[in-house]
Amino acid sequence: MSISFSKALGVHEQALVLRTQRTALLANNIANASTPGYKARDIDFQAMLSEASASDTRNVDVLKTNARHIGGSSLSTQTDALYRVPTQASLDGNTVDEQIENAAFARNAIEHQASFQFLNSKFTGLMKALRGE
Amino acid sequence: MSLMQIFDIAGSGMSAQSLRLNTTASNMANANSAASSADQTFRARHPVFAPMFNDAMSDVFNGAAGAPSSGVRVAAIVEDGRPLQPRFEPGHPLANEEGFVYYPNVDIVEEMTNMISSSRAFQLNVDVMTAARTMMQRVMSLGQA
Repeated sequence: MSISFSKALGVHEQALVLRTQRTALLANNIANASTPGYKARDIDFQAMLSEASASDTRNVDVLKTNARHIGGSSLSTQTDALYRVPTQASLDGNTVDEQIENAAFARNAIEHQASFQFLNSKFTGLMKALRGE
Repeated sequence: MSLMQIFDIAGSGMSAQSLRLNTTASNMANANSAASSADQTFRARHPVFAPMFNDAMSDVFNGAAGAPSSGVRVAAIVEDGRPLQPRFEPGHPLANEEGFVYYPNVDIVEEMTNMISSSRAFQLNVDVMTAARTMMQRVMSLGQA
C-alpha cells in the first residue's frame, strides 16, 4: 500500500498555495494604493479552493505532443482574479481602499498561519505513524 | 514562489513612495526659491505611478502563477502646470525691470498632505514585507516536529 500524499494532506496543501497567492495579490493592491487608474483585485477563495481540490480538474495539464511545448499551470490566480467593487472610488480611477486591503491582508496572514498549522500537523501525524513510536 | 514575489512587490512600493517623499522634500525646500524670470523659476514636480505588469511569458516559464501585476513603478515625474506666483517686490535683489519676482507654484498644504500620505503608504508596505517574512519563515519550518 502506498501513501497518497494528496489524500493524506487533504485540502490544506491547496489552501496554503492559494493563501500565498492571495497574499501576493493583496500586497500588490497595497503597493498600488496611490497609482492612478489601478483597480484593486482579489480572488474568490471559496470558488478557487473547490476548483483546486476537485479531483478531476486538479491534475489537468495541457497535452504536450512535442518536447518543446510549454506546460500550463492548472492552479492559477492569473486569470481568476476578480476586481473589487469600490465603496468609494477615487477621482483618479483608483479603487484601492487601504483600510480594506490592510484588513484583508491581516486576515489572510492569519488564515495562512491556520492552513500552515493544519498542513504541518498532517505531516507530524504522518511522521508519527511512520516511526510507530 | 509567490512569497518571494511579495518582497519585490513591497520593495517596489517602498521605492516608489520614497521617491514621492523625495519630490515632496525637494518641492518644499524650493518653495521660496525666487527668480527674476518665469522660465528660471522652480516648478513643483510630482511623480506619476503606474502598475508594473508581468511579462506575458514569465508565469509560463516560472511554473507558478503570480499576481496580475507585480508592484508599482514610477512612470514619469511631471512638472506642475499651474501658474507661478509673480510678486511685486521692487526691493528684492532678483527683481526684474518692472519690479516683479517669480515664486514657484509649490502648494505647501498639498505637499504636506502628500508627505503624510506617502509616509503612511511606505509604512504599510513595510508591514506587508514583515508579514511576508514571518509567513516565509513559518513555511520554511514545514514538517519539523
